[in-house]
Amino acid sequence: MALDKETVAKVAHLARIKVPEDRLDSLAGELDGIVNWVEQLGEVDVEGVAPMTSAVETSLRWREDKVDDGGYPEKVTANAPDAQMNFYTTPKVVE
Amino acid sequence: MSDPLDLTIAEARDALRAKKISAVELTDAYIKAVEAARPLNCYITETAEQARARAEASDKRIADGKAGAMEGIPLGIKDLFCTEGVLTTAGSHILDGFKPPYESTVTRNLFDAGAVMLGKLNLDEFAMGSANLTSHYGPVKNPWKRRDDDKDLVPGGSSGGSAAAVAARACLAATGTDTGGSIRQPAAFTGITGLKPTYGRCSRWGIVAFASSLDQAGPMTRTVRDAAIMLGAMAGFDPKDSTSVDRPVPDYEAALTGDIKGLKVGVPKEYRVDGMPASIDRLWQQGIDWLKQQGAEIVDVSLPHTKYALPAYYIVAPAEASSNLARYDGVRYGLRVEGESLNELYENTRGEGFGEEVKRRVLIGTYVLSAGYYDAYYLKAQKVRSRIAEDFRKAYEQVDVLLTPATPSAAFGIDEEPSDPVQMYLNDVFTVPANLAGLPGISVPAGMDDQGLPLGLQILGRAFDEETVLRAAHALESAAGFTGRPQFRAG
Repeated sequence: MALDKETVAKVAHLARIKVPEDRLDSLAGELDGIVNWVEQLGEVDVEGVAPMTSAVETSLRWREDKVDDGGYPEKVTANAPDAQMNFYTTPKVVE
Repeated sequence: MSDPLDLTIAEARDALRAKKISAVELTDAYIKAVEAARPLNCYITETAEQARARAEASDKRIADGKAGAMEGIPLGIKDLFCTEGVLTTAGSHILDGFKPPYESTVTRNLFDAGAVMLGKLNLDEFAMGSANLTSHYGPVKNPWKRRDDDKDLVPGGSSGGSAAAVAARACLAATGTDTGGSIRQPAAFTGITGLKPTYGRCSRWGIVAFASSLDQAGPMTRTVRDAAIMLGAMAGFDPKDSTSVDRPVPDYEAALTGDIKGLKVGVPKEYRVDGMPASIDRLWQQGIDWLKQQGAEIVDVSLPHTKYALPAYYIVAPAEASSNLARYDGVRYGLRVEGESLNELYENTRGEGFGEEVKRRVLIGTYVLSAGYYDAYYLKAQKVRSRIAEDFRKAYEQVDVLLTPATPSAAFGIDEEPSDPVQMYLNDVFTVPANLAGLPGISVPAGMDDQGLPLGLQILGRAFDEETVLRAAHALESAAGFTGRPQFRAG
C-alpha cells in the first residue's frame, strides 16, 4: 500500500500539521519507507491472539466520584499564549 | 578527601553524613562543573540558585539527623519531567516558555528524599530519537571520542543530555525516561549505568507523555549501587497515575549481595544479529563467562518474535504519540502561530512548533489509526506485542534473567546520522522488546570497542524483579571492572 502525496496531505490535515506543498513528495517517500518496513508484521501468525492492551497485569482502581482538585483558573491558564480573564482565546469559531 | 566530582551517590551519602563534606560544598563543585560542561550542550536550563538553596536546606536536615536517602545529592533532570516554576521544554519549540505550575511525582519523590536539582537536561524532541539529534536546543556531544579521532560523537538518545552529563561529571546522577531504549542506549554510548524499571514502578504523572503504554522513568548513574539507591527514591505508588502499581518499594541496595550462585541466566539466540561488530559479540561472550565464573548457570533460550519488536514498536509508539501530542494546539500553553481560523491556528502552530522527526511520527501514528487502517496496523501490532510478551514469559519459566548486548554498535559521529529514518530506529533493536513487554532492564558499562569507545551489556528481568536485575548487574559490574573515563571532563 503506497503512501502517496495526496494521502500525506490528507493525513497531515487530520493531524492538524501544516506541511508545505514542496515538502509533500519527500515526506511521502520517508513515510512510505517506514510503512513498508512495518508491513513485515504480516508474517506473524496472530490467529487467536488477544491484543495487548496493558503493559502490566493490573485492574483499574475505583475512586469516589468527587472533585478533589481545581479552583485555580489563573494557574491553569498561566501558560496560555493569549489568556484573557482566566479564559483561553481562539480565533472566532462561530459566525 | 578526593575530588568531590568523583564520588558516587553511595560515597557522597556517607561523606555527607560523616560531615567530611557539606551539601553546599558538593553542590558548588557541581555548579562549577555544569558551567564547565557547556561545550557539550547537555543542559537546556541551569538552576544554580535553586540548587544552592536546596543544598543549604540539606545541610540543615543532615545537622538535625533527618537526612533522606538522596540528601544533598546533585542531580540533573531530563527536561521531560515537569518541574514547578522551572522551564520545561521536552526539547521542543512548541513548548516555548512553558513553566509547569506543578511538580512531576518522580522529581517530587527525589526532592522529598533530599535531592538537589542542578538543571534540566537536553533530550531528543519529545524523547523521539536515538542520538539526541532532534532537540530544538541542538545536539548534545558525547564526552567520549574515538582514539586518535577528534570527531564529535552522539551520546545516544533520547536521554542524551542525561547520559553525557553523568559521564562528564556535570551531575552526580540524572533522571531519564525509556520508551524504546532511551535510558539504556545512551547509558551504553557514554559508559554509564542506566536502568529502565518495570512499567508501573515509577509514576508517569508530570512526565511529558510520548507513548503512554511504554514510557517509564529510571535512574542514570555511574554505578549499579547508585542506580539501586536512586530507584528506591523515585519509585512508588501514585494515585495520580492510573497505571502506577500499588506494591511496596523494596530496599534495592540490600539486593546487591554479590552472590549469584545458581542464578539462571538466559542467552537469547535471536539477539545475535547480522552485521553486529565483532567487539560486541566478544563482549557478550565475555559477559557470559563472567557470570558463569561467579556460579551462574547459563541457559540458551529463544525469543522467536524478537525481530518483530521494532516494527511493532514503530506502530504502537507513533500511534500513542499522535494522540498524546494532540494537546499542543497553540491555545493552552507554549508556542502559538496565529491563523485566520481555528484550524489554521492549529496547523500553523504545529507545523512550526514540531521538528521533522516528531512530525513524521505523528503522521505515521495518525495514518495507522485512521479509518480503514486501524485493524491492519494498530490492532495487528498489539497482537504481535502479546506474542513478544509471551516469548518472555516462556523464557522466564526457565531462567531468572536474560543477558544481551545493550546496543548493536558503539556511539557514532554527529555527522554520521543515517539519512534513512529506519536505519536510525535499528539502534534500539535490543532495548525495544522490554518496553513492549513492560519488563525491567539495565545497561552496564562492560568494555570497549576497537576504537576505545564504551560498550554496554544488558540484563533483563521479570516484571517487578528489579532486585534480581540489580544483583546480576552488580555481579557483571564487579567482574568487568570498567574504569574507562571520557576525554571530556567537566571541571
